[in-house]
Amino acid sequence: MGKVIVITSGKGGVGKTTTTANIGTALAMLDKKVVMVDTDIGLRNLDVVLGLENRIVYDIVDAVRGNCRLNQALIKDKRFGNMYLLPAAQTKDKTAVTEEQMVELCDKLKDEFDFVIIDCPAGIEHGFRNAIAGAEEAIVVTTPEVSAVRDADRIIGLLEAAEVRSPRLIINRIRTNMVQSGDMMSVDDILSILAVELLGIVPDDDAIIISTNRGEPTVMDDASQPGQAYRNIARRLCGEEVPLMTLTAKKNSFFSRLKSLFSGE
Amino acid sequence: MGIVSFLTRFFGKDDELSSKNVAKERLRLVLVHDRLDISEKIMENLREDLIATIGKYMEIDQSALEVSLSREEDGVALLANIPIMNVRRTS
Ligand SMILES: Nc1ncnc2c1ncn2[C@@H]1O[C@H](COP(=O)(O)OP(=O)(O)O)[C@@H](O)[C@H]1O
Ligand SMILES: [Mg+2]
Repeated sequence: MGKVIVITSGKGGVGKTTTTANIGTALAMLDKKVVMVDTDIGLRNLDVVLGLENRIVYDIVDAVRGNCRLNQALIKDKRFGNMYLLPAAQTKDKTAVTEEQMVELCDKLKDEFDFVIIDCPAGIEHGFRNAIAGAEEAIVVTTPEVSAVRDADRIIGLLEAAEVRSPRLIINRIRTNMVQSGDMMSVDDILSILAVELLGIVPDDDAIIISTNRGEPTVMDDASQPGQAYRNIARRLCGEEVPLMTLTAKKNSFFSRLKSLFSGE
Repeated sequence: MGIVSFLTRFFGKDDELSSKNVAKERLRLVLVHDRLDISEKIMENLREDLIATIGKYMEIDQSALEVSLSREEDGVALLANIPIMNVRRTS
């Protein structure tokens, strides 16, 4: 019996889809059988981030309405045979899926997969309700910005009210240079504000954009720093204890030397 | 401001004025307010209880009574504006 984990945030654009794709792929690389479910109906995205956009025939709405068998709607990844995507519908009405249908869908999927990872749309309305309906665990993604942390706090409250137990936090897009100069909240700053367990930290990195351009999640690149961060997160989800990675500031020799001179580091 | 203290600030020690500390402080306040999440129903009950309690001691103008939450400099306050019409001298 697998685990159903929803990736959510409240605010849009903080990295839910990127996180879903990378955690899903990293789990598949650990030989887990994984399915990623895109519940962002009308704004299908996970398919392109994973590079599977050309293979879609049926979608989540077809699957829950019985227009096709569930297995027909699951796209099997060619790079990892144990990784699948259930794409969002692009054309249909946002309310095309109900909470009951989501619960039923998740129940079926977790019989067959070790991990069911659900990519949640932004907001706290219908799409959010659906995405969390069948989930037993939640990962909340935020960035070190006031609006994102505020929305994360709200989402954590809503998850607790919906009895999705103990959500865990990923802080995405950390810029070490800015944290060091006092212009970005640090991991500790954010944890002192949100009462929640930390699952992982991910640096802001061009590698994410490059990998998204190619449709190859950055975890597939051994040299990628955010890739390493997501691989660590996947191992934590499998129950391993993996220390937080140290993020290194990108060197800017003149400024970093001046900075260390004046801040006495 | 001397050049050294300017540069020290510029290159960021843990300064009260650093933008991350401003962010933290603003977040802390906004979350106190968000987390209160007091429903209309609770505010209405509070209003009625206030009227009942204060009404034992003073005659108040119920129609002009206002109860609200307000974000202050360093936290969230419950503000009650209760116009008094008369003090009860008996009892
Ligand atoms: N760690 C990161 N470093 C750089 N860019 C990132 C990072 N995480 C996300 N992004 C970029 O931010 C944008 C929004 O990410 P996305 O995963 O689509 O967010 P969401 O699904 O929450 O709306 C994308 O363009 C993505 O490439
Ligand atoms: Mg998304």
